[in-house]
Amino acid sequence: MAEFRMPSLGADMEAATLVEWLKKPGDPVSRGDVIAVVETEKGAIEIEVFQTGTLETLLAQPGEKIAVGAPMALIRSEGETAPVAPVARPVTFEIKPAAPISPPAIAPRGPAPGPPRPGIHASPAARKRANELGIKIEKVSGSGPDGAITVSDVERAAKALPGPAAMREVIGVAMARSKREISHYYLGHTVDFEPALRWIEAENLNRPVPERMLYGVVLLKAVARALRDYPEFNGYWTDGQFRPSESIHLGVAIALAQGGLIAPAIHDADKLSLSQLMAALRDLVGRARMGGLRSSELSDATITVTNLGEQGTESVFPVIYPPQVAIVGFGMILERPWVVEGAVIPRRVIVSSLAADHRVSDGRRGARFLTAVGGLLQEPQNL
Amino acid sequence: MTDEEIAKIVIQSLASIVPELDEATLSPTKNLRDQLDIDSMDFLNFVIALHDVLKVDIPERDYAHLASIANAVGYLARKLR
Repeated sequence: MAEFRMPSLGADMEAATLVEWLKKPGDPVSRGDVIAVVETEKGAIEIEVFQTGTLETLLAQPGEKIAVGAPMALIRSEGETAPVAPVARPVTFEIKPAAPISPPAIAPRGPAPGPPRPGIHASPAARKRANELGIKIEKVSGSGPDGAITVSDVERAAKALPGPAAMREVIGVAMARSKREISHYYLGHTVDFEPALRWIEAENLNRPVPERMLYGVVLLKAVARALRDYPEFNGYWTDGQFRPSESIHLGVAIALAQGGLIAPAIHDADKLSLSQLMAALRDLVGRARMGGLRSSELSDATITVTNLGEQGTESVFPVIYPPQVAIVGFGMILERPWVVEGAVIPRRVIVSSLAADHRVSDGRRGARFLTAVGGLLQEPQNL
Repeated sequence: MTDEEIAKIVIQSLASIVPELDEATLSPTKNLRDQLDIDSMDFLNFVIALHDVLKVDIPERDYAHLASIANAVGYLARKLR
């Protein structure tokens, strides 16, 4: 019998509140299935299972706050016989008192709420109020007849939302740990971005509106491709040693409307075409802001990329997100005098930066990695 | 299509990317990116929403014409004529 445990959803997470189970005992589950929704300071996250078998016993109930690593359910593997007696609930992990209501996920940005989900009983007034407050109605627990969701349920749920202060606190704890444990070094490199921008502009002329690319996608792809030759920036520092990752899962820093940020991963970013990467980014940003991120997206990033160019800053000095060992930043696009073939001409450039972990790499390799990213941006058609 | 009808579609398209948008406090002449704190992904989704409803193609070089609601209404009215 395998234990399904609360996964870590990043260095800044210690526990999460179970909102609901999406499977019930007896249901078959396969690796990658979403079986539960939990609420963290960064919103609602869908939790995936990593075993295949049958969901045997639920050990946690909606509303309970569960520590990272604590068992949540038991899963019977294929071929394993069912136990003759019910499995006792483990007492070795901490379950804190449940909140009176399951915290909902906020919907800070994204499409307007869709049609009512089958099985959800809510009055029109409650739906209207949820819409006004940016609350996802399906995440609200109902206290009315037959569990119907009332206006007061929605308003109580809105008050239970994790506020910006809670998110600032968890980010602060994670970043303090990062600065305390990781010996950061920083490098910056100004890149001629004109070839990439011209290429994107020409590409977008021929693309239907929904398939247009943002320049950030080219930056992501260049970083992902360069990492293939610089594995010491792609992986995790755990148990006192660096463990490089065979896969390149780019964490993308996304600002949330209610404040704070989140950095979910685009899996195998180096293997995606630019169009696929754009589609993945659009999907990820939408779900980061609407709710619906998956646990693997929050725990799998092997390096993070942050692009603060739209906020008007020339360069970024980012903080590494442990257990990762590097983070790449990009500033705004600047028009600068640039020397091309002996002549000074106006050119759009961008400042890339790297913060990396001295326990794993040194500045010489960091500089080569950053210049490799810049080199790839000179031939965007090959990305 | 009248300017009022176009303005309504512009605001609906904005609301689809910024659900918390308060129409009462929306200025027709202020810059949308500053006013609503939207980024390039939000703006692309806004353009896609306009495209879906109005069936107009808005090239990237014309994005500056969508800087405010008033600008957008004028630009889209010309495109729809």
